[in-house]
Amino acid sequence: MSFLIRETLTYAVPLMIVALAGVFAERSGVINLALEGIMVFGAFIGCLFVRVMQQNEVFVLLPKSANWPQMQGFILLTMLVAALLGALFSLLLAFAAINLKADQTISGTALNMLSPAIVLFLIRLIAQQNELTLFKGDAASWFMLKKSMFGIPKTTSNFFVDTFLNKVYITTYVCLILFVVLSVLMYKTRFGLRLRSCGENPQAAASLGINVVKMRYAGVVISGALAGMGGFVYSLTTANCVANGDVAGFGFLALAVMIFGNWKPLNIAGAALLFGLFKCTAAAYSTLDINGDGVFLLAQLSKDPVWGKLLNANFYRLLPYLISLLVLAFTSKKSRAPKAEGVPYDAGKR
Amino acid sequence: MKQNKQAFNGVLATILSILIGLFVGALLTLITGLCSPNIGLSGALDGIRLIFLGLLSTGRNAMGALSFGFNPASIGNMLFRATPLILTGLSVALAYKTGLFNIGAAGQYLAGTCATLFVALEIPSSVVPPAVIWVLAFAAGILAGALWGALPGMLKAFLNINEVLACIMTNWIAANLVTWIFDLSNLKNVTEGTKTGYIYKTTFNNVATPKLGLDKIFPGSQVNGGILIAIVIAVLVYLMMSKTTFGYELKACGSNRFAAKYAGIKDKRSIVLSMALAGALSGAAASLYYLSGNTEFFWSTYQSLPAAGFNGIAVALLASCHPIAVVFTGLFMSTLNIIGLQITNLTAYNEYITDVIIAVIVYLSAFSLLFRNLLAKAGKKRETADANAEPARKEVA
Repeated sequence: MSFLIRETLTYAVPLMIVALAGVFAERSGVINLALEGIMVFGAFIGCLFVRVMQQNEVFVLLPKSANWPQMQGFILLTMLVAALLGALFSLLLAFAAINLKADQTISGTALNMLSPAIVLFLIRLIAQQNELTLFKGDAASWFMLKKSMFGIPKTTSNFFVDTFLNKVYITTYVCLILFVVLSVLMYKTRFGLRLRSCGENPQAAASLGINVVKMRYAGVVISGALAGMGGFVYSLTTANCVANGDVAGFGFLALAVMIFGNWKPLNIAGAALLFGLFKCTAAAYSTLDINGDGVFLLAQLSKDPVWGKLLNANFYRLLPYLISLLVLAFTSKKSRAPKAEGVPYDAGKR
Repeated sequence: MKQNKQAFNGVLATILSILIGLFVGALLTLITGLCSPNIGLSGALDGIRLIFLGLLSTGRNAMGALSFGFNPASIGNMLFRATPLILTGLSVALAYKTGLFNIGAAGQYLAGTCATLFVALEIPSSVVPPAVIWVLAFAAGILAGALWGALPGMLKAFLNINEVLACIMTNWIAANLVTWIFDLSNLKNVTEGTKTGYIYKTTFNNVATPKLGLDKIFPGSQVNGGILIAIVIAVLVYLMMSKTTFGYELKACGSNRFAAKYAGIKDKRSIVLSMALAGALSGAAASLYYLSGNTEFFWSTYQSLPAAGFNGIAVALLASCHPIAVVFTGLFMSTLNIIGLQITNLTAYNEYITDVIIAVIVYLSAFSLLFRNLLAKAGKKRETADANAEPARKEVA
């Protein structure tokens, strides 16, 4: 059970934070289809930063608990760098969508093509292969929090420690805190209200003295920062800190999570957990011991002569996409997107 | 007259987009070359020359310098690779004309691949003549693509789900489903031990697209009759969209679904049909690519989508979604493809530079409308200037 919750959180957190990224852009009135591309870019920047720092021996990384504050601080710094560059990259979308009033679907798609292209072009030049791996050491698990770091002896084992303190990444908690803080920013502050008004009726917002262009820029840039950071978090926690110009459709899944969550933070958190559970099942079904009794139910099912035809790796990998399509089908009637999303702001149109 | 002018501005905007795209690619090459000690200025300049002239590259001469000239193999391969690009481009263009953004070409392409390969390899050529199998396989690819395209169409028409999201999801479902189906099949290539993860070539069952003598014109290339089929299809799509009532209905439904409904057009049926036709074109793209007989399909594709689908978007947008123009932009995109290969083979750079160029072109075409309006404005100014000037001349006369 501990394992299941821990891994579900690992997959859910990038989805959650990137879905929130989508909310910031769409609530301000810009469709951010480029989430996937920005994630790819953020993942690359993060992994590159870690690698370069390792190469230059700025941080002496030792997989010893004595060094853990330094290592965790390093991860936080990398998240910040990925967020900054993600924000920078999203300016391309903001410029096209806000200043040039371009088609947002197409410019988003263009960025989704541009980002893997640039990233793979550079990775090939830097590493002479299609993957950018860690420079020293072979595993991102070096950066994990372990129970010994909290002074808990190795023999101690209970639900709380196993689930939330041992073998988890600090990024998970940072993202959860950010998620709460930014949701409050969006729904309980003046800035948030203004941002949302630009996504509903920008002309009315402008008539009250709100600078729609500035607000939309803010929305897209925050969105880019979160997606860039989410990309790095994804590659660190699920891809062993390797950048390969791909985040396996997580950006698109995050879009589905956003719509499923009806553009509201609490629903999004719930949807992200559900999708995280599916993703986790797909990745680890063969070693998943659901209730801790030593029986690997799903692994056994996949070997069953009858059920194994259906319940195998292929099925679990397919599931999240199938479910999101079904969910979209059933919730589309209740779905309420921001009214002005995707519509370029025209001050003369009142 | 006015229409001609619009078309002219469209072409001008396209050429401008291409030039800017190539320029960005060259700039990136230059910067990365100067930053990297083992490439340097001369390496960067080689890369830039290939970006512009890669199709005519004939390798390096004895001195180690790049040489250029007529390269029939490159041009033949360019035509071969253009075949799927033209068809996925048509797929996106047709959908776009009817008000739908078909980002699902990749999934439809995979569905077409799967159906084509199954029919082409499972029907024994000892029983059925290969030509018949070829036709059946082509038809199966088209049908599978159409079904896969109709799915998001139906979701859009009946449940009002945004087709972009539905297409994204069906893409990934297709990627997983195709992997699953081939995983269960017995079509995995096991006779050539050096290659793992590929499906048999269709020549394994003696099925291949006829060359129609094109291999004589472009010796050493993969070109076959597929390119001619693609061009014929492009003309048919053009005729259907602009000369028939059916095409008009689809377009009317795209510009305003409710007005079309008011005019007595079945809007839901039109949306589903538009997407099905778009899917059929993507399916045909896959069919012609894999029926060539010398292309292999990597079946464990659940983590990635075929690039042909997304490049179709670039092809269509660059052509302003005009079916005939799609043929030319498809040829251009596949030229970029060949250039990418030459760059990988001859320099320290890699083929992703051409993906960057393509992406920049798509980005620019997102606001090509702005370009066109600017050009139109410039044109108008000239016109009014002419109009003012003319009476003056008359007075003199």
